[in-house]
Amino acid sequence: MKIPLAYNLRNLWTRRLTTLLTVGGIALVVFVFAAVLMLAHGVKATLVSTGSDNNVIILRKSAQSELVSAVSRESASLIETFPEIAADNTGKPIASANMVTIINLRKKKTNDMGNVTVRGVSPQILAVHPEVTMKTGRMLQFGSNEIVIGNAIADEFDGTAIGQKIQIGTSVWTIVGLFDAGKTGFASEIWGDTEQLMLAFNRPVYSSLTVKLKNPNDFEALKTKLAAEQRLQELEPKREKQYFEEQSEFMATFIRALGLVITIIFSFGAMIGAMITMYAAVSNRTVEIGTLRALGFRRRSVLAAFLVESLMLSFFGGVLGIIIASLLQFVTFSTTNFGSFSELAFGFSLTPDIVVGTLLFSLAMGFVGGFLPAFRAARLNIINALRAS
Amino acid sequence: MADAIVQVHSVSKSYHRDSIEIPVLQNITLDVPEGEFLALMGPSGSGKTTLLNLIAGIDRPNSGSINVAGTNIVQLNESALARWRSRNVGFVFQFYNLMPVLTAFENVELPLLLTHLSKKERKEHVETALNVVGLADRIHHYPKQLSGGQEQRVAIARAVVTDPTIIVADEPTGDLDKKSADEILLLMERLNSEFKKTIVMVTHDPRAAERAHTTQHLEKGELIQ
Amino acid sequence: MKLPKLIAKNLMRHKLRTALTMLGLAVAILAFGLLRTVVTAWYAGVDASASNRLITRDAVSFIFPLPYSYRDQIAKIPDVSEVSFATWFQGTYVDNRPDHFFPRMAVDAETIFDLYPEFLLPLNQLEAFKKERNSCVIGAKIANEFNLKIGDILTIQGDIFPGNWQFVIRGIYTPKDKTVDATQMFFHWTYLDEKLKQDAPYRAGNVGWYVIRIDNPEKAPAVSEAVDRLFENSSAKTKTETEKAFQQSFVSLSSAIITSLEIVSYVIIGIILLVLANTIIMSARERIREYAVLKTLGFTSKHIFFLVAGESLFISIIGGGIGLAFTFPVVAGFGAAFPTFFPVFNIAGSTLALAITFSIVVGGVASIFPAIRSANIKIVDGLRQIG
Repeated sequence: MKIPLAYNLRNLWTRRLTTLLTVGGIALVVFVFAAVLMLAHGVKATLVSTGSDNNVIILRKSAQSELVSAVSRESASLIETFPEIAADNTGKPIASANMVTIINLRKKKTNDMGNVTVRGVSPQILAVHPEVTMKTGRMLQFGSNEIVIGNAIADEFDGTAIGQKIQIGTSVWTIVGLFDAGKTGFASEIWGDTEQLMLAFNRPVYSSLTVKLKNPNDFEALKTKLAAEQRLQELEPKREKQYFEEQSEFMATFIRALGLVITIIFSFGAMIGAMITMYAAVSNRTVEIGTLRALGFRRRSVLAAFLVESLMLSFFGGVLGIIIASLLQFVTFSTTNFGSFSELAFGFSLTPDIVVGTLLFSLAMGFVGGFLPAFRAARLNIINALRAS
Repeated sequence: MADAIVQVHSVSKSYHRDSIEIPVLQNITLDVPEGEFLALMGPSGSGKTTLLNLIAGIDRPNSGSINVAGTNIVQLNESALARWRSRNVGFVFQFYNLMPVLTAFENVELPLLLTHLSKKERKEHVETALNVVGLADRIHHYPKQLSGGQEQRVAIARAVVTDPTIIVADEPTGDLDKKSADEILLLMERLNSEFKKTIVMVTHDPRAAERAHTTQHLEKGELIQ
Repeated sequence: MKLPKLIAKNLMRHKLRTALTMLGLAVAILAFGLLRTVVTAWYAGVDASASNRLITRDAVSFIFPLPYSYRDQIAKIPDVSEVSFATWFQGTYVDNRPDHFFPRMAVDAETIFDLYPEFLLPLNQLEAFKKERNSCVIGAKIANEFNLKIGDILTIQGDIFPGNWQFVIRGIYTPKDKTVDATQMFFHWTYLDEKLKQDAPYRAGNVGWYVIRIDNPEKAPAVSEAVDRLFENSSAKTKTETEKAFQQSFVSLSSAIITSLEIVSYVIIGIILLVLANTIIMSARERIREYAVLKTLGFTSKHIFFLVAGESLFISIIGGGIGLAFTFPVVAGFGAAFPTFFPVFNIAGSTLALAITFSIVVGGVASIFPAIRSANIKIVDGLRQIG
């Protein structure tokens, strides 16, 4: 025989202040828990979506990021002749030789200086990254000191409107357009002509080479070829997706590890809160429990009823926490990614997986917090319970 | 009667339940002379407990005045009233209302904590009071370890320990068996005759009323002569 | 007043509830202390920086090098007493584990330990280090963590500077006090530069940043300006600032994460406030009748208020105290378990002060409403509730 759910709901309502406080405590823990997962997911999503399956990035061996990599002009020209690399309708290989560096810009919000990635690109860049489109203004003119900036930069940094000039290296550059790279890492970059940027920085070598494959399955063939070519010994190809995922690994792991440790400690607080509430509920309703038992409800039903009540508390807390956390989706989080040493903007993204995981987490808190009190309720002796005043 | 210790004059009292006004007491005038043992009787809802609460200074009338030992308690503010109660009123409840976490001794000692008595003086007073009620041997027992009659006797000791001007009792025997009730009534009679305490007692037990010197009847918020 | 005894007795009524609430507070204060310590660990470099040292770096970003030739020019500026320099080497340790990261720098062996007196190095080790071109000095924490001793070979895989680099350990420095980072590794800049001359000549002859010692810290603005003016029209403009400002700019790189941690550290205080408020409200509600009785005995509203608030404060202070007591061993354990993660991991005085303050504030705030409500209870209403 089951004790009806309405009994629990009504009891929660009767002591609504206590219910509210307990739910509030659980909601705060759930909020932090969900925020951590959303952020870790946001970091990964931003950097992983930066890469494309078709693209391969070629770096110097052991270079962990483009910033410390070097690819000579000769090596780049040689790789571009490989047949695995896709060509456009004029027969030119779809590839971009990149020169990556960073500059300082002033942040709008805090007025601090932040590091921004500047990427020198080749004329084929929009064919390499067809997901990037011009939003306003126009694409830069290759061979000139013109630059285009990513959508996240424009929001974040001062002096980044079209027509404004920025000092990069030894020369001054004019912003001619704003490109939309969605939620990818490119959105936090400034693009200019590789050759011009190399002049401005007096650099003889590229940082990396990005090429588009005719067929994603050609990656292994390209890798073998590179390994076999005497002149390309010091280089190594990586799938672009994998490269950017590696860039996010440290940050995502850091956020997740720190966040989970924090939420586990926090959940103790919420579980203790639920436990206190449920113990009080049991002791205040001793006579009721005795009555229920006298009416013929079994110990198991009493246990279930109190456990359900605790689960309800935690469920409400979970839902409330997720609702608050979902508001974070409107917030952009920007911090230095130590992989590239520059500012990277990413969002909190709420996925169905996170919603389910978070609700399970809150129900687990309710279960742990409610079990001992429910157990005590179930073990009450009928006669003593009825006699309690 | 200028020598009456309790003078209730033209007192009315009503309660609000939601938006409805419920009159409880209507234009009550009552004098209680010093050394009196008065029983207030009447059916449930007649207002006898309300009248008692007004005399004890734990409730306020809508109109009228209440003089106890020369003080018009209606005019006192909240904290002055509390101080006044601690000196002038000893309260005995139907359900004893002892602090479950305190021993008999500590319960009786409670009102003395509001005085400037030293620890030693307090101990003497408490022991005297518990002696009077015949519980000297239960001094360190908790309420749970006492019978109902014994609990009520502790409550009476708590009521007299400060030597108050009046003792008010609300159904002091209402929750007791006959034997215990008789003991309590006997004790109250003794307090009145031996220690000259003025007692106002609310009851609907005719046997309890018999012990009192005078009995006043209340019905529908009015005194019936 | 003699209320404390009654407070103590009330606390013992629901031993389990009191214990659980105290436990909750202890955990919350512990979590708060730990989080705060993580935040302050970030600022360790800022706090430890000396006021008589200036850092000169490239005006755009510290990842760009400065010419070695600047050194002599800076040394000639008035009020500059000594100039040293360093280059960020990075690299990965043999096992290539990111958590085995520690700072590795190519430095000027002749001057670096003069400028950083907080790194204590025995004189004979310093002399040995100066003499040997491919030698290095490591911090005591690193020596412990990786079980290294003088004479061992330390192999680092270069990333910014490619190749397999091998160094002989000739010195192990100890920190002057516990605010000093003992996880760094220094080797000869000349060793790095010679290799660059062979492998990548366009990168040779550069240093990462200059460290300038001035005798009078008040001259810092004047000297900074003089240095930057000197190179205003060179290919590499400079930015000179105090060591503190330089460290601060590093910290601000992760300002969003630090801010989040700070916010989260207040969230736990909010959580425990709700838990404690709940406990006090429940207790007060159960005892309304008793409070009414106390009032009939002549206790005033003020007494009842202190009775409720006192109970709350007692729980929060004892619970907070327990949490604080556990913070010390936990922080010490955390620091010992991850010596390279946060090189300096100590509980700051401000963390202690905040934890104590919050224990008291939480106790007070949690009880305000139930205390007021209990204090204002009308005796008649309170007595009517049959408990």
